[in-house]
Amino acid sequence: MATLNVNGEPFSIDVDGATPLLWVLREQLGLTGTKYSCGIGLCGACTVHIDGRAARSCVVPVSSLGTAQKVVTIEGLSPDGSHPLQRAWTELDVPQCGYCQPGMIMAAAALLETNPNPSDADIDAGLTNICRCGTFNRVRRGIHLAVQQKRSRGTS
Amino acid sequence: MTTRRVAISRRDFLIGTAAAGAGLSLGLYLPFGPRTALAAAGTPEVNAWVVIEPDDTVIIRIARSEMGQGTLTGLAQLVAEELECDWTKVKTVYPTPGQSLARNRVWGSFSTGGSRGIRGSHQYVREGGALARVLLVEAAAEAWGVPIEECTAADSVIMHRPTGRTTRYGEVAAAAAQLVPPLQVELKDPQDWRLAGKPLKRLDTAEKLTGQQVFGADVQLPGMLNAAIKACPVFGGALAAFDADAVRELPGVRSVVRVGEDAVAVVADTWWQAKTALDKLPVTWDEGPNVGVSSASIAQWLADGLTADDAFVGNQSGDAKAALQGAAKTVEAVYAYPYQNHATMEPMNATARWTAERCEVWCPTQNGEAALQTAAEAAGLPAAQCEVYKIHLGGGFGRRGAFHDFVRQAVAIARQMPGTPVKLLWTREEDMLHGAYHPTTQARLVGGLDDTGELVGLRMRISGQSILASVRPAALKNGADMLVFQGLLPSGDHAISYSIPNLLIDHAMRNPPVPPGFWRGVNVNQNAIYMECFIDELAHAAGRDPLAFRRGLMSDHPRSLAVLNAVAEKVGWGTPAADGVHRGLAVCNAFASYVAACAEVSVDDRGRLKIHRIVAATDPGYAVNPQQIEAQVEGSFVFGLSALLYGECTVRGGRVEQENFDTYPSMLIGEMPKVETIVMPSGGFWGGVGEPTIAVAAPAVLNAIFAATGKRVRRFPLKNNDLRAA
Repeated sequence: MATLNVNGEPFSIDVDGATPLLWVLREQLGLTGTKYSCGIGLCGACTVHIDGRAARSCVVPVSSLGTAQKVVTIEGLSPDGSHPLQRAWTELDVPQCGYCQPGMIMAAAALLETNPNPSDADIDAGLTNICRCGTFNRVRRGIHLAVQQKRSRGTS
Repeated sequence: MTTRRVAISRRDFLIGTAAAGAGLSLGLYLPFGPRTALAAAGTPEVNAWVVIEPDDTVIIRIARSEMGQGTLTGLAQLVAEELECDWTKVKTVYPTPGQSLARNRVWGSFSTGGSRGIRGSHQYVREGGALARVLLVEAAAEAWGVPIEECTAADSVIMHRPTGRTTRYGEVAAAAAQLVPPLQVELKDPQDWRLAGKPLKRLDTAEKLTGQQVFGADVQLPGMLNAAIKACPVFGGALAAFDADAVRELPGVRSVVRVGEDAVAVVADTWWQAKTALDKLPVTWDEGPNVGVSSASIAQWLADGLTADDAFVGNQSGDAKAALQGAAKTVEAVYAYPYQNHATMEPMNATARWTAERCEVWCPTQNGEAALQTAAEAAGLPAAQCEVYKIHLGGGFGRRGAFHDFVRQAVAIARQMPGTPVKLLWTREEDMLHGAYHPTTQARLVGGLDDTGELVGLRMRISGQSILASVRPAALKNGADMLVFQGLLPSGDHAISYSIPNLLIDHAMRNPPVPPGFWRGVNVNQNAIYMECFIDELAHAAGRDPLAFRRGLMSDHPRSLAVLNAVAEKVGWGTPAADGVHRGLAVCNAFASYVAACAEVSVDDRGRLKIHRIVAATDPGYAVNPQQIEAQVEGSFVFGLSALLYGECTVRGGRVEQENFDTYPSMLIGEMPKVETIVMPSGGFWGGVGEPTIAVAAPAVLNAIFAATGKRVRRFPLKNNDLRAA
């Protein structure tokens, strides 16, 4: 039995504690926005937030979590797809196939939480998600655009 | 707040919908990205391509698959352009392969590869849109009792010009559906396009940002079980035995089944349970005849082919042998290109439900018709009793087009559990070990210069693997695989960019037992490295500027010259680059487009490469969506440079050694150069955009590395090379 807090809602789940968070999200909670790709914590497709920090959910056993840890998935990033990154991504048509994008957006969102105006070097160091389609340059522009738009809205 | 208890391990629901109505096939209800199926009953179609709802919603049917390359939006733009509809009302839907079969392939080919999505279907999809428009206008004219010639259509509104009277498409669509279409229709001059040719936003972005987009791996069906699979890791091997009893009692396990000759699968309530049990399953393989095959043995066999007598000629003019013998100076080099995996982010998967009467498959595929054929074969049923629902692809790159091994396996598993839907999902490790690999080749090049430094002859011998011999042997021409010569042919979509007076390019076919496949860019990937790096070698041997040397060979190749000149001008070729930064050029014709690139790189004293900037030009003839072409060009550098920097599958004991991204890395954002894209459509032809630029990515960087270090890298990937200056 595992207990989780996901997207603000507590869950009690009948599952082997060794099961990675990724698979509980996908198979028990039906939150399939978080993707499986490598299973060894490398590619970042499974990135979620645990207490606001980016985590690779494919290597986090659910037994290591409880309702005290707040898990946020792509489905819970914003109620209506209006997170500044989601808006910037829309404006720049960032995704191609889109499979890595939930993880990419969650990683970028966590980066912005700790560093509200990241430089290109900060983005390079902070974003280690794999995208095989090759959206990197639009991802970079998207992060800068989100920062810019957030600031201009904040000052207006 | 109350705690929700989730006690069952499988939740019986359909993603995003509760509408599981009775009596109709499940697939009709799944609201996947581009909707997978047509309404069973509902608004009649205007024609095969267009349905218009009473509320003016325009549903455009798209047969090719969307896998990130933007074809879905581009094709919709072409239909909408001729339809003269309101773009804000456009939605898209995938017709199913079964519907296509039943309607005599009314939507043409479903195959989505070879950068063919738009260039292979622009004519008939535009005609589809134009014919629908004619019917809508005719229906309005009939209703008004006026001559059709007096009516015009724009933005889904039909106007009778003399009276100014108007009606909407949604109001006349039902009547239009009853009319007989004309046999011919005139298409717009692309110069008059208003939707096509414009940088419109993609139609499929919103759901990809919120986790709502359903990919094949995300499919959920009522009562569905999950399967994990292992096939014999040694190519050509078989499954000898497995001990199902050892895992049968593990949580969630429902079944352990043999899959074909070479694989075993565990079926469980959840995929994680299936995978966990499979990891514990004792399996014995019959490793077969290829256990002695290694990268070294393959390389030696290919090296022998570089000087072998038997070879298929791909391009020949003049007398290369005599020209080289008479040359004042000759240059010789041998290059080698490794196996690579597509490594789509979404591993292979398919969901199947089989009964004695019907087989249905939900899968990400680049070719729905091929998936249907595979499903029917595996199901032991006529194709008419099978159906494939195309689900969004988490990357394709050629892996999911010609090969539907994952469909065959999913059906084979489902067939052992009649009536139960089973989703088969490969692990990354399975995906890496059972690829359809970018083939391996080597090339020996000899070039001859006269005493003024002019190129008088060139000889290129390619030795190595044919994709067609393995995948489509019927496409061989008297045993020759002409696809091996992509980018080097005398004419056509993959013509050589140069006029060389005495030329011989041939191929010694050597087919190791590692299954090859079409890998985004296919054979131009290595051929452009061979040709473009060697042309650079010749230019330096001749003491000539690499741009000037190329230009001297390109007077009969104006479009190639134009893209090359465009990048040279924009990058500032001939003017100094930033301190420590060096430039390299490459040009290629691929998939009917003309592309060129100039890379700016630096290599530090520890041999560390930094790719700073790439200027790239593309002439695709017509540019249907310029901002998506830019996205494809940028993405092509990620794909091409990942291959150059890291891409290598080595073989040992008859199997691939790399099983995940730890040993098969892909480029990250920190390695990505700035890319400046020039889209320069010259009109009069239709070229592809998803692949061509990959061809110039690697050679432009390699030529820049030579400029920086004096080192010629001829074996790949770069990670195996010491780049410290020579």
